[in-house]
Amino acid sequence: MKRYRGFFALASIITLAPILFPVNYFVTVVGVSIAINALIAVGLNLLMGYTGQISLGHAAFFGIGAYASGLLTTLLSWNPWLALLVGLLATWLVAELIARPILRLKGHYLAMATLGFGIIINILMVQPTHITGGPDGLSDIPVLNILGWDIDSDIRWYIVANGALLLGVWVALNLINSRIGLALRAVHGSEVGAQMMGVDIEKIKIKIFVVSALFAAFAGSLFAHQQGFISPDSFSFHFSIELVVMVVLGGMASKYGPIFGAAVLTMLPETLVVFEDYEVLILGAIMMGIMIFLPQGLWVGLSQKIKPLFIKKTISVEPAGG
Amino acid sequence: MSDVLLQSLITGVTIGSAYALVGLGFAIIFNVSDVVNFAQGEFVMVGAMSAVSLLAVGVPFAVALFLALVIAVCIGLILEKFAIEPAKSATVVSTIIITIGASIFLRGLALLIWGKDFHSLPAFSGETPIHIGSATLTPQSMWVMGVTAVLVFLVHQFFNRTITGKALLACSANPIAASLIGIPVKRMMLFAYGLSALLGGAAGLLIAPIAFTSYDAGMMLGLKGFAAAILGGLGNPMGAVAGGVVLGVLESLGAGLISSGYKDAIAFIILLLVLFFKPQGFFGKAGEERV
Repeated sequence: MKRYRGFFALASIITLAPILFPVNYFVTVVGVSIAINALIAVGLNLLMGYTGQISLGHAAFFGIGAYASGLLTTLLSWNPWLALLVGLLATWLVAELIARPILRLKGHYLAMATLGFGIIINILMVQPTHITGGPDGLSDIPVLNILGWDIDSDIRWYIVANGALLLGVWVALNLINSRIGLALRAVHGSEVGAQMMGVDIEKIKIKIFVVSALFAAFAGSLFAHQQGFISPDSFSFHFSIELVVMVVLGGMASKYGPIFGAAVLTMLPETLVVFEDYEVLILGAIMMGIMIFLPQGLWVGLSQKIKPLFIKKTISVEPAGG
Repeated sequence: MSDVLLQSLITGVTIGSAYALVGLGFAIIFNVSDVVNFAQGEFVMVGAMSAVSLLAVGVPFAVALFLALVIAVCIGLILEKFAIEPAKSATVVSTIIITIGASIFLRGLALLIWGKDFHSLPAFSGETPIHIGSATLTPQSMWVMGVTAVLVFLVHQFFNRTITGKALLACSANPIAASLIGIPVKRMMLFAYGLSALLGGAAGLLIAPIAFTSYDAGMMLGLKGFAAAILGGLGNPMGAVAGGVVLGVLESLGAGLISSGYKDAIAFIILLLVLFFKPQGFFGKAGEERV
């Protein structure tokens, strides 16, 4: 149970926050966005942090999930859950298809290829105006319904989005602690080394790419229903970058870092509202500053300083992570 | 039909020249420092926007262009000094994020200074086009192609004929060995960023009379330049130039024959195909991973 201590701490924070601050805008409204972004970041962290493969196009998978839900429920009036399922299937297919050639690339080439993929998908959302609504997007996406329970208020969304996040974290934790998790870290350490130890690196990279894409697509479906409106802007290159920043800000290959990163980055524009014009500037400055001065990320950097205060003399055998 | 092709070819080579200059800058920086500079496109934007502002306050045209280039070069030097140099031991992912951060920062700065309006520069020498069949060639297009050709030639000569150029190549081959034989590697890095900012700024000035410029115009141009550099084989400066022209032509052919809305998608699909089937680019050498 020890390895799940962090998970229970996270679950407690999520449960207590709305009880302690029931009408706080940052909890019930921003909290939903944080949970959705954190869900994508947790998935992306599996790929970036644990496997060491960068993706500058993850907003595309988020978008595929959102557009699948949006299009199927509005144009064809499908049941939202069926639409969500189809969205996940579509994402699986696309991710599986591009994963093989894309993950053969490394470093800058991989960055460029994923970036290109993200931009292509974004253009496909903008261009067929008669289907996707073009730059204006889709509106009137129906509310989600769980067993006769309409999810139509902030607090209900808070419960659903954070429930989804906890589910995602649980899946990720189990993955990290399994044999696959060990193989992932071996691939990160040295691909050739991992191969020598009998890890099928191609297969494992593809598998984790697909899993992280599914995380994003699931979050996308939730996002579409929660907002009731989607437009291509939410799934642009810029959002892909923000996702990467969330993972990096928290600290790569840290179990809870990405959630911290997502919380910080989601709250940032809300707190910077007074400096609206400076938002872009500050985001850029934060990205540079963190990478130059705290390359391990804010979360890992801080928790390494705080941990010794609470835990005395336990020799940690766990690999990097907080 | 052939007229469409000819017109696409002219447009393609013109815009491709801009990609070529940006790609050349990418290649130079990558060669010297192993960094892919995602802020490359911002040099283009800074160059064009500065010129627009300088003209607006009454600076003579030629002086405005010159000062705009100086500003772009300064931005390049500042970027190297304050963002790249302090993060020396950074990994690939870190440098990607630093330079993307720098590009977002510059974009934010441009938004504060210039707002969200679109701007344009007047053409360098008149607007009377030359007709070739039913296709047209504007004087500005000729400026773009001509100046690009001259700049590329100069860069080529610089690398092959001057001591500084060869020193720069030595830094890219092996920085430690280069510093052992007395090459000031740090200053060379600074020089490389300045040079590539100069090329980016020049590209911005050249195409500003054709394409509108705005605070966020740099991003797409930067990415296309990156694509050009990869098509040519990362780290091969002349390959990047060829890659830029090829990308421009294919993109504008696609726009002419299919639909202009999908222009950018076409560019990136070509890029993905090249990466999938010929990852070392057209002129790059195949690399191998060392354990």
